[in-house]
Amino acid sequence: MTSTAAGQTPAGGPGGASPPIDSPSSWPLVDRAGYYAAWVAGLALIAIAGSILVYMAVKGAQYFDLGLLTESPTADLDQSKAGGFKDPLIGTALLTVMAVAIAAPLGVAIAVWLTEYGRPAGLARAVESGIEVVAGTPSIVLAIFGLLVFQNQLLAPFSFEAEGDAVFGRSFIAAACMMSLIALPLVVGATREALNAIPGHVREASYALGKTKAATIRRVLLPAVRPGIGTGTALGMGRVAGDTAIVIVLLGGTLQITRGSDDVFGLFRGTGSTLTSYVYLNSPAGEGQAPEKAYFAAFVLLLVVVALNFAVTRIARGRKEAAWTR
Amino acid sequence: MLGAVACLVLVLIAGMVIFVFAKAWPSFAHNGLSWFTSGADVDLQLEDILNSPANPSEYVYKLNAWPLLWGTFVVTAGAVAIGIVFSLFAAIFIVEFAPPRLNHVLEPVVRLLAAVPSVIYGLIGILVIVPWVGEHLISLERKESVIQVVQLDGACIMVGIAVLTVMITPIMIAIVVDALRAVPRSWMEGAAALGANRWRVMWTVAVRTARPAVIAAAVLATARALGEAIMLSMVAGSASFAPNPIDGITFLFEPTRPLASALVENVEGISVVPFGQTLYAFAAILLISSVFLSLAGYVAKQPLRKYGVRP
Amino acid sequence: MDSLSPPEERDERDVILTPPPPVRRILVDREPQAVAPPPNGQRPQPGGAAVGSSPVRRPDPSLGPKVERMRADDVRIAYGAKEAVRGVTIPVRQGEVLALIGPSGCGKTTLLRSFNRLVEITPTASRTGVISLDGEDIDTLEVTALRRRVSMVFQQPNPFPMSIFDNVAYALREQGSGRPGKAELLPDVRDALQRAGLWDEVGDTLDHPALRLSGGQQQRLCIGRALAARPEVLLLDEPCSALDPRSTQVIEELILRLRDDVAIAIVTHNMQQALRVADQVGFMYLGELVEYGPADQVFGQPREVRTREYVGGAFG
Repeated sequence: MTSTAAGQTPAGGPGGASPPIDSPSSWPLVDRAGYYAAWVAGLALIAIAGSILVYMAVKGAQYFDLGLLTESPTADLDQSKAGGFKDPLIGTALLTVMAVAIAAPLGVAIAVWLTEYGRPAGLARAVESGIEVVAGTPSIVLAIFGLLVFQNQLLAPFSFEAEGDAVFGRSFIAAACMMSLIALPLVVGATREALNAIPGHVREASYALGKTKAATIRRVLLPAVRPGIGTGTALGMGRVAGDTAIVIVLLGGTLQITRGSDDVFGLFRGTGSTLTSYVYLNSPAGEGQAPEKAYFAAFVLLLVVVALNFAVTRIARGRKEAAWTR
Repeated sequence: MLGAVACLVLVLIAGMVIFVFAKAWPSFAHNGLSWFTSGADVDLQLEDILNSPANPSEYVYKLNAWPLLWGTFVVTAGAVAIGIVFSLFAAIFIVEFAPPRLNHVLEPVVRLLAAVPSVIYGLIGILVIVPWVGEHLISLERKESVIQVVQLDGACIMVGIAVLTVMITPIMIAIVVDALRAVPRSWMEGAAALGANRWRVMWTVAVRTARPAVIAAAVLATARALGEAIMLSMVAGSASFAPNPIDGITFLFEPTRPLASALVENVEGISVVPFGQTLYAFAAILLISSVFLSLAGYVAKQPLRKYGVRP
Repeated sequence: MDSLSPPEERDERDVILTPPPPVRRILVDREPQAVAPPPNGQRPQPGGAAVGSSPVRRPDPSLGPKVERMRADDVRIAYGAKEAVRGVTIPVRQGEVLALIGPSGCGKTTLLRSFNRLVEITPTASRTGVISLDGEDIDTLEVTALRRRVSMVFQQPNPFPMSIFDNVAYALREQGSGRPGKAELLPDVRDALQRAGLWDEVGDTLDHPALRLSGGQQQRLCIGRALAARPEVLLLDEPCSALDPRSTQVIEELILRLRDDVAIAIVTHNMQQALRVADQVGFMYLGELVEYGPADQVFGQPREVRTREYVGGAFG
């Protein structure tokens, strides 16, 4: 290899300039190609990510209209006068809360079983891979399956009361049930990770004090993994808030929230829309002629997702600071 | 009783597979293997099924779903192929070559991108990219050349693959970055001490060690791409057309409708019996593929646990 | 006042009047008793005799002047604001083994790692002073070229997750754009493994994963890997501290055999090891090179107070 003058000479004194590290100009061609490819990929990534976020921010600001948040959508031939998206906003919130309310207890229960019990081992592995299968199932398939289930006569009380004999099969509760499957693997994963991070001596200390396994779990372990459950729940909420397919199939597609029956369960049996289905239907794909509203609704949706993501990182950071080993 | 709750998951999956296939069976039974071949215009066939008479013995089931299957394959394979290469190089950039201050911004952004809902990608696609492609990239002659068969309006597999790649890349990058960082420092130091430059150290030691992660990421991304219905229905085209590679460059501009998109676009008709069964047939294909992919991914992720990488 | 009392309480007179403590080195000169090799993992008996077999050949310092291969001139290295090495000047010559000794944290490893510019990998590190290889300032050399001429073996054996052959051939392959075939590289690989004393054990299983070897074998593999590119200088950073006594002995014999072909610098916190292998010894303390000279002199009649205290075991 030829010696090449590397450039700067180190400045005098401790803490001065350090000698230069090797620069790619002297590498073989193949390595240089790889180096530049990595840079190109990195810069492209920045450019794409940046442009998406910046574009959405610009469009959101451009079509910013707080009134849209408080008006309900109305059916109107002229889409731009058709009201705001208060109902979809409420729909997103309602659906997210319901889905997570179902997923969180189930997810924690499954996670606890997997880490603390897990016998027989074959069953535990099957359940583990089962969670992965659920995680990998496309949401449209979950939606179709949900329709199959809730259109069954047995489950008529869970869906919107429609005229005629057929069970409508669509309602908030139906959508929430299938949405919970989307959040479930995330809750299970985060809770398991948190439970695995608790060292064995904590459990042993509790048993040594005479506590049963159930009491240990309830009193010692679960409170300790609260941040983990929080992380998983927030992740799940983000996924649920962003899903469109289940909403379109299972929520009935009415712009306004319509009660499903006249009793106290009416809201849950009702139909409505969410921000995601609102954006879809207001875009050219859904024969909407109001891209301004679609943009602003998408912007609000993005804010919701960003906020949830931010919450996740905050919770996760708090977890790192709680050290279990001293 | 916790175990019972856990077993619910297995019951659910079993139930899903059984019931979806049960509902889908008539469509497969009536078409036999020709379900998977190509024949007439799929959209027209679907219309016929939708309009079948109410008499059960006169239900129409005929369907040659090849265009849907081919469209699914082209879009998924294209996005995963481009995505895995792009993600690998971007991950190497993040781990080795990026200035630390840039990383401080880049990594949270990548994780944020992974959480962006698909409908937003679809919105930007349909309002910005599709019109641009339709007006500026597809020349008038090209449109004329295929006007008999299909209309080129900018919603095409090129846009579908591009947006889908952008959608699946962040999660792949996150997995590969974690795996590259988990490679023991002593190996990288040893390679550097032997005179390998920074790229060689990365490529011959770190990437080689992180191979299982790259495979797991690819499997995960394929599952995500396969099931993407909303975004692709917005940007990949409005016709259930099988893009023809023989057309050369025009192949990229032809529209298509992957299975999942076909499902979501036709879902209102699900109460019509034969149509519903056809739709369940679509769902069945998707379900089987995703079950296989999930199990493959589970198997692929096992070596990762050695390194303590959270997939 | 014995040598175990805190240094602050002694004054010059006591230093002169007190005879140096008996140096363990004398024991090594005797024929060690024939002891059966202990089972793996046992520590050597206190008293310094090398475990097992034949006596270690003592270096003869009276041979002619050695060629100086590397030289550090007034080298200062700092990690951020904290100085790790302060103004060290030391040569590394071919035909002799230089041992850097000193308590942990004294900067000996940092100094060693500056010889092949591995210190730069740490972002906060900075270095001044000149280090030269055969008269050339290493800052003017291309780093990867430098590292092929100055090889390093680390404390923990770190073979790559590849086959034994691929490990040894790594440095040979990553030289340029060509991809030499296995047949082309086999002679060099065999030579390197022979010099490392591993060929007999792995010569016919070169395709096996390197990670399946024992700790001692892995370290010899790393030495062979370092030798494959025919470096001019070999740097060893506490190479035996993670190994059992038997492997340690094998590697020490290996070092003595390599002495004539390669300039060797070894960092060790094990004084007996320094006694066994070193010709020249540099004692470092808190970043400074306190004393440098032939091994007999540094251990037998150390000039400096601190050297005497360290060698006598006052601190470690």
